[in-house]
Amino acid sequence: MGEAIAFYTLAAFILGFAVLVITTKDTVHSVLFLVLDFLFVAALYVMLNAPFLAAIQVLVYAGGIVVLYLFVVMLVNLKRLPEAFQDPNRHGRIGLILSVAVLLELAAIAALGVGSVAPVRTAARALPVTGNTEQVGWMLYTSYLIPFEIASMLLLVAMIGAIVLAKREL
Amino acid sequence: MEAPTVRGEMFDTNELVINMGPQHPSTHGVLRVVLRLDGEKVVDTDVIIGYLHRGIEKLSENRNWTQIILLTDRMDYVAAATNNVGYCETVEKLMSLEVPRRARYVRTLLCELQRIASHCLWLGTHAMDIGAMTVFLYAFRERELILDLFEEFCGARLTYNSMRIGGLPMDVPSGWDKKVLEFCKIMDSKLDEYEELLTHNRIWIERTKNVGVLTAAEAIDLGLSGPPLRGSGVPRDVRKDEPYAAYDEMEFDVPIGTAGDTYDRYLVRIEEFRQSLRIIRQATEGLPEGPIVGKVPRLIKPPAGETYHAIESPKGELGYFIVSDGKSTNPYRFRVRPPSFCNLQALRRMVRGHLVADVVALIGSLDVVLGEVDR
Amino acid sequence: MIDGFVIPLLKIVIVLNATLVGVTYMVLLERKVIAWAQSRLGPMRVGPHGILQPIADAVKLMLKEDITPARADKWVFTVAPIISMVPALIVYAVIPFGPEVSLFGRQVTLYITDINVGLLYIVSVASVGVYGIILAGYASNSKFPLLASLRASAQLISYEVAVTLTLVSVVLMSGTLSMVGIVRAQESAHLWFAFAQPLAFGIFVIGSLAETNRAPFDLPEAEQELTGGFHTEYSGMRFALFFLAEYANMIVVSSVATTLFFGGWLRPFPNWAALSFLDFIPSWTWFLIKSFVFLYFFVWVRATLPRYRYDQLMRLGWKLLIPLAIANLVLTGIIRVALL
Repeated sequence: MGEAIAFYTLAAFILGFAVLVITTKDTVHSVLFLVLDFLFVAALYVMLNAPFLAAIQVLVYAGGIVVLYLFVVMLVNLKRLPEAFQDPNRHGRIGLILSVAVLLELAAIAALGVGSVAPVRTAARALPVTGNTEQVGWMLYTSYLIPFEIASMLLLVAMIGAIVLAKREL
Repeated sequence: MEAPTVRGEMFDTNELVINMGPQHPSTHGVLRVVLRLDGEKVVDTDVIIGYLHRGIEKLSENRNWTQIILLTDRMDYVAAATNNVGYCETVEKLMSLEVPRRARYVRTLLCELQRIASHCLWLGTHAMDIGAMTVFLYAFRERELILDLFEEFCGARLTYNSMRIGGLPMDVPSGWDKKVLEFCKIMDSKLDEYEELLTHNRIWIERTKNVGVLTAAEAIDLGLSGPPLRGSGVPRDVRKDEPYAAYDEMEFDVPIGTAGDTYDRYLVRIEEFRQSLRIIRQATEGLPEGPIVGKVPRLIKPPAGETYHAIESPKGELGYFIVSDGKSTNPYRFRVRPPSFCNLQALRRMVRGHLVADVVALIGSLDVVLGEVDR
Repeated sequence: MIDGFVIPLLKIVIVLNATLVGVTYMVLLERKVIAWAQSRLGPMRVGPHGILQPIADAVKLMLKEDITPARADKWVFTVAPIISMVPALIVYAVIPFGPEVSLFGRQVTLYITDINVGLLYIVSVASVGVYGIILAGYASNSKFPLLASLRASAQLISYEVAVTLTLVSVVLMSGTLSMVGIVRAQESAHLWFAFAQPLAFGIFVIGSLAETNRAPFDLPEAEQELTGGFHTEYSGMRFALFFLAEYANMIVVSSVATTLFFGGWLRPFPNWAALSFLDFIPSWTWFLIKSFVFLYFFVWVRATLPRYRYDQLMRLGWKLLIPLAIANLVLTGIIRVALL
């Protein structure tokens, strides 16, 4: 019971802040709400007995990535107001179609998901290690080794791309 | 200065205009530097002066010749004695007065003590600007000793009014020379202390090497003088080239730099400390007996004419241009060539392309005193 | 009830208060030590040898007018010092000041909690502390603070990488992320990790100087260039919060260094029976002594060295410390695998 209350409170906060992120006018405030959002997600992880994930969530998302967002927001002049709405590159119709498609998809999942079986618990398979950190490490380097490596390659590519974009002459 | 917007392919970037001073901890008084920044890099600067203008040159035209000595104190207020010497010698030149040898020796002595005091202040503030705050207090500790010596000589600690046309206002107190030699001994060891903290310090070298490089030709074109000029490798020193006071009888070297960067200017000044001590020792030990004032008429009234006379102040070439009409007891025209003012011209050239942190290092490296720049 | 609620609460109260008092006296220590280094006396007027100076400072700062610039982002301007202060304090939750001891007939642990990701918790909480500085610079709506906060965030992010990599080397040695576990690992290895990981320790010390904005890396508050940096526009208690946060962070990194590299609460040579006469000294005293040595080192460095320039700082971080830290990490990993 207590757990359910805690979960729904956290979930309410997460959704509330998520709404604030996209509705706040001031970009910096919106980024700050994003940080709060991430912190509450971390709290959710703590509730799920995944302290390692929680710490990583705070470290990487709240402490790392959003700082970079903030950098961009502070450095780039965002005060070009009305002209953006007359942007010739805007594809209003495609956007509308896409968002309707996403909405339909979500509705379908919600409708069909009710009543189906609960997701299979992978934890049922015994891991040779105990402890949250060790288990995450074990899974990453055994079952999910290839996706893990692909993800890191992707990040490397992104990094090189960023350097190439930023530094015209090397 | 307005900041132009640079239209990029993806983002527009704005140059940031930052106003440094006149109230800023490291513009050494009331210098105002308007910086145009691209990130941390200085694109251009505008150096604005005049916040300490008191009209000393114009005031001097309404004072009699002796009263002006007191005004010269207020120009380079950290080296008042050299200002006094420069002015008095100019008037003496105008009047063709002979100054007794003892007076010339004492003048040399005071000038060099003053140079050390001024360099102490420079070293302290320069190091402080680069973040080494202990050196600041050490340098001021030694400057205090010099101020004590001056206090004993003339009763004042900052603005001395310590010269008279034709000689000195009073003889040095008895036993004073011993104290001067004592000070030289202390200063020798303290100099090593400063050097230990800075000269071979990696961070200090990184902060000063290749910062604000001026070639010899550039330095001459900008009209620099003093340590900034010698740091660029030009062996120009008024004390050697056009000796005044008793410098023709002294033995000393003129240190020059090679690279013309902030580190070289630092090394030049550090070596000047040592050369000054050498001169002080010679002047104290060889102090001749005799009168301290030459034959000066009761009413000082130089003959009609004009003259320019320069001395080597701690900051560079300090020149006085004086026109006398031969009739009144005040100069007809009085004009100063202040070394700080001329050296400050180099700032704009030097900071371009450097970072904000270098700007304060470069202001310190030029060693300007705003009292002298604005007069 | 008592074990689950009263004792933890009591510990939290004690640690928080001790920290805040420690922080204010840290300021006095710094002023005194620097004064002595510079042949001065330092604060002498409030109490004998200025011993009450921190209290006078605190009263002064609390009574000062609290000014918010007219064009500042008021909301962010207010929360920025709080964001700065909170992470600096909550980190103490996992710092082990001592092992389990019996106190008044009860087994009490001399740490608030020992979570199994303690080290990660410290790193992640510390990474949130950056926001205080960035937001302060942004919200002031003033150019010098903005410049300073950009410097600060770039610096903190860069050096965080190097510092975290050195921490990973230590974790490889200890095999646990728990702070208590790391101390225990040093006890059973008969070795302080500073000697097993000298390179990691060196990088950690340099990196932590940079992360706490201390000289020679105090660029974000370079008084001579940026007139105080990100807190230029702050006054009164809000300024004091930034100030406290900086010193609290210093104490945090000293504690972390002690725990990770100098055996935490262990006495020197804990397995040498010949030295067991030292056992009458409580374990937390060793912890405090070791941390104090670090704090003294911080102050000493500030009195001695000039300040780095922004580009040199970045070069040092990215081109020297991070590659070295990675190399050290790989080397540690290879040796560990070879030994197993």
